[in-house]
Amino acid sequence: MMKNYRFLAVGLLALGIVSCEPDLDHPIDEKGSVYSNGEADFTHYVALGNSLTAGYADNALYITGQTNSYPNILAGQFALTQETDEFTIPYMNDNAGGLLANGQQITNNRLVLATDGEGNNSPSVYTGMAPTTDIANILEGPFSNMGVPGAKSYHLGVEGYGNLAGVQAGLANPYFVRFASSPQTSVMADAMAQNPTFFSLWIGNNDVLGYATSGGTGVNQAGNLNPATYGSNDITDPQVFASVYSGLVQTLTANGAGGVLINIPDVTSIAFFNTVPNNALVLDAQTAGNLTAYFSAVSQVFAGGLMAQGVPQEQAMALAAQYAITFNEGPNRFIIDVPVTQTNPLGFRQMTEDELIQLQVDQSALASGYGSVKLTAEVQQVLGLLMAGGTPTAEQANILFSGVNGLDDADVLDSTEISEIQTATAAFNQTIAAVANANGLAMVDANALLNGVANGGFSFDGGTVTATYATGGAFSLDGVHLTPRGYAIVANEIIDQINATYGSTVPKVNVGQYGTITLSNDVQ
Amino acid sequence: MKKLLFLTLFGLAAAMTYAGGYRVGLQGQRRLAMGHTGVAVVDNAELAFFNPAGLVYLEDRINVAVGASAVFSDVVWQNDQYGQMARTDSPVGTPFYAYFSYKASDWLTLGLAAYTPYGSSVEWPTDWSGSHLVNNIDLKAIYIQALASIKISEQLSIGGGPIYVNGSVNFNRNLNRTLSDIDGNRANVTVDASGVHAWGWSLGAMYNPTDKLRIGANYRSEIIVEAENGDADFSNIPNSPLTPFNDTRFDASLPLPAELSIGLSYEISDKWLVAFDYNRAFWDVYKSLDIDFQDPAIPDSKNPRNYKDANIYRFGAQYIANDMFTLRAGYYFDESPVQSGYFAPETPRNDAHGFTAGLSVNITEKLSIDASFLYNRFKEVEESYDYYTENGQNVPFEGSYKSVAFVPGLGVTFKI
Repeated sequence: MMKNYRFLAVGLLALGIVSCEPDLDHPIDEKGSVYSNGEADFTHYVALGNSLTAGYADNALYITGQTNSYPNILAGQFALTQETDEFTIPYMNDNAGGLLANGQQITNNRLVLATDGEGNNSPSVYTGMAPTTDIANILEGPFSNMGVPGAKSYHLGVEGYGNLAGVQAGLANPYFVRFASSPQTSVMADAMAQNPTFFSLWIGNNDVLGYATSGGTGVNQAGNLNPATYGSNDITDPQVFASVYSGLVQTLTANGAGGVLINIPDVTSIAFFNTVPNNALVLDAQTAGNLTAYFSAVSQVFAGGLMAQGVPQEQAMALAAQYAITFNEGPNRFIIDVPVTQTNPLGFRQMTEDELIQLQVDQSALASGYGSVKLTAEVQQVLGLLMAGGTPTAEQANILFSGVNGLDDADVLDSTEISEIQTATAAFNQTIAAVANANGLAMVDANALLNGVANGGFSFDGGTVTATYATGGAFSLDGVHLTPRGYAIVANEIIDQINATYGSTVPKVNVGQYGTITLSNDVQ
Repeated sequence: MKKLLFLTLFGLAAAMTYAGGYRVGLQGQRRLAMGHTGVAVVDNAELAFFNPAGLVYLEDRINVAVGASAVFSDVVWQNDQYGQMARTDSPVGTPFYAYFSYKASDWLTLGLAAYTPYGSSVEWPTDWSGSHLVNNIDLKAIYIQALASIKISEQLSIGGGPIYVNGSVNFNRNLNRTLSDIDGNRANVTVDASGVHAWGWSLGAMYNPTDKLRIGANYRSEIIVEAENGDADFSNIPNSPLTPFNDTRFDASLPLPAELSIGLSYEISDKWLVAFDYNRAFWDVYKSLDIDFQDPAIPDSKNPRNYKDANIYRFGAQYIANDMFTLRAGYYFDESPVQSGYFAPETPRNDAHGFTAGLSVNITEKLSIDASFLYNRFKEVEESYDYYTENGQNVPFEGSYKSVAFVPGLGVTFKI
C-alpha cells in the first residue's frame, strides 16, 4: 500500500516540475541561437543620415515616424542576434510634427489625408493639435539615431551645426539643435563619441534633392569646390561629395566598425515628380480645336511681326512654326515657360515626354489655364479681330501672346535639369560604391530599389507597394519621404546586404505590418 | 503525516489542460482523474453529465458532486522568418460543476446539473503580430440541466433532459494589420454579448450485461448560441469619413457542437476498475465565425473556421486502496478539430495528449474529497491561418505554436 502512495507522490512531483510556460524547441529570445550576427558586431549601432534616416514623413518629423524609421527597425532585428545597447532616438514631443523655436513655430505640422464633403481626398496640414516640440529644449543624449532632416553630405562634419543661435541665419539645423551634445559639436563628433561598433550612412540625397524639388531653381555647383558658398537648392559638386563622403567613412571605420552605405535614389522616380503627369491637360475636341487655333494665330501673328521687321519670310515662318502647337482631344502635354532666347523669342514651349511636374503645383490653376492658355476678354477680342481677317497692331499682338500661360520653372523639372540631377546622382553613387568596396562595407542600392518600386512595384503578402502618390504605399504625403511600409522595404534590403557582407542571418521584417499614410479630418 | 504530505503535494502540483476547439473537458474530478472516462461508470453524481442513464443505479437516495478546476493554459507563438514571438498571458480559467440526484423511486431518479463544457480565455499581448486576428477572447457558457433517469431493468436504463445554456463572449481584435489613429494607436473593435441563452438536450442509455461490465452511450445535442444586439465598440479609429467605424450593435452565432460518447467499464476485481470512452465531437458545424454589424457602413466580419468532427479516445483505471483512499489515473488522446490552414490564434489547439491522475479521500461514509489533475501535452506545430484577407488577397498568419496546460481540480462527493 505504502508503495503505491510513494509511486503516486513521485508521479505528482514529476508533473509539478513540468513548466507552466510553454517552451519552443528553438526560441528566438535565446539570443544567437536562431539568428547570428556573423562577423558584424551590432553592440552599439549608430545611424547617420538625413530626413530619411530620422524617419521623417508627411513633411514633418513626429514620434510614430521616428519609431518606424529604418534604423529603429534594423536595431530591433539586430537585437535578435546578440546583446545590443538600447537604440536611442531623439524623439519629438508629439505626433503633430511642427517645430517651435522659443515658442515661434518654424515648421509646419505633418500632412494627413483629409476627405471633404464630396469625398475628395487631399493632403492637408494636420491641425488637431498645436506643435509642442521646441528646439530650445535640448535633449540629453547620446542618441543612436543621428539622422538630421535637411542635412547634406558636407553638413555632417560642420561644427556648430547644432547651435540654436545659428538656425535663423541658416548656419545650423533646427533638428540637430534639439539633440546636439553642445552648440559647438558636429553630427560626426557626437556619433563618434559613442564608439559605434556598427553604423549605417545614408547621406547625399539633399545634395541633389533641394535642386530637384525647387524645380531646378538652384545652381548646379559642378566645378565649385567650396561648399560654404552653396545655397540650399544647389547641386553639390561631385568631387566635393567624393572627398566629404570618403572622409566620413574613414572616420566611421577608424576604430574597426562595420557598416552599411546606402546610395542615392533617382529623385525623378519619387512620387513628388510622378503624380501630376506632364500630359494632364485633358481636353474635349472643341477646346483642343480652340487651343490649336489660338497657337496657330500666335504663330502667324508672330511670323507677321517678324516679317514686318524685315525678317525674310522663310526664316520668319521657320522660327514661328514652333509656336503652332496642335492639341488633340484627350490628354495633351502642358506648355512651360522657358528663358527667352534667340531660338525661342517668345519663351515658351510644350513639355517633352520625359519632363516632370512637381507634386505641389497649383491644381486649381491648372484647371483654369495654367500650363496652357489664359483666354482673357482682351485676348478673345484680338482673336475675334483675327477671325474677321483683321491685322493686329503690335500692342494687340502682345496681348495675344500674353494669353500663353506656361508653367513656371519652379513647377517643372525640364530635360536639362533632369540630366544635371542624374549626372550628379550617378557620380555620387559611383563614389558610394567605390567607398563601400574599398572599405569592405555593405552597400545598398536604394536607387535600384526605389526604381523597382516606381516601375512595377514591390510585392508583399498583402499586395503590391508602388510609388503612386497616397495610394501606392511607398511614399508619404510629401511625395519625397517614405511611409513606414516604404522604410520597412528599405530596412529589409539593408538587412539583405548586411547579411551578404557579414555572413549574418538577421531576419527581415514583415512589410505588411507597417502602415502607410494617416487619415484625418482634423485639418483646417 | 504522510497523508497530509500527499495532499499538499497534490494541491501544489500545477495541473493542466483542455480539449479541442473551445471544449473544456473538465466535468468531474473523479472522471477526469480517469482520463475523463465515465459514460459507463457508476460511481457518483458526476453521471449527471457523463451519462444520466446511470444515475438510477446509484445506491444512495441523494447524491451530490460539486467541484471546480483551475486551468493554467498558455501558448507561445513564434515566426522565424521575421523574428517575432508572443506569449499568451491568459487568466486562470475556473470551470465548475454541480450535480444532484434524488432517487424518487426504485425505477426513477431525478437530477439537476450545472456545468461549463465550453469556454475559452486567451489573452495575447495587445497589438502583437497576430492582433488583426485576436488580442483577447473570453468565452463562457454555463449549462443547466434537469434530468430524469429511468431503470427499465437491472440491465438497462435511460436518462436525459433539457439543457438551458447561458453564455457570454468578449472578443477584441485590431481592425487590420496597420490602421491607427494620429498617435499610432491601433484601431480595434471589442464585441461583447452576455446573457445569451439557448436550449438543448442530452440523452443516454446504460446496459449492464453482467455485474462486472457496463456499456454506456450518451449524446448531447448541438446548441447554436445566437448573440443578438451585442455591443461592438470601435477604438482608435482615425477621424475620417474613409473609416466610418462608429460604435454599433452586432449579431453573431457560435455553435456548441454535439457530442456522442460511447464506452464501457469493467470491474476486474473488488479493487480494480478500468474504463474506456470514445467521444466524437461534431465540430463540423463550426464553419465560420461571422460578425454581422448592424451599422451598414461597417463591413461584416467573416472568419472561416471550417472545423472538422473530432475524436477523443479515453482510458482510465481506478484502484480502491482501502476504505479511505481511491486512486485513479488515465490518459486520453484528443484530436484537434482545427484543420491545417485554419489555425487561428484565438483557439490555437492542436492534438493533445492528456495525462490524468487523482484520488478520493473518504472523510466519512457520506463525504469524500475528490482531487484530480490533468496535464496536456501538445506537440510544437508549424501552422497558419490563411483566410485573413487584405485588398481581396489572403494573408496567411503563420508560425510555430506550442501550448501547455495544467489543470488541478478539487471537488466533493456527498451521498445519503
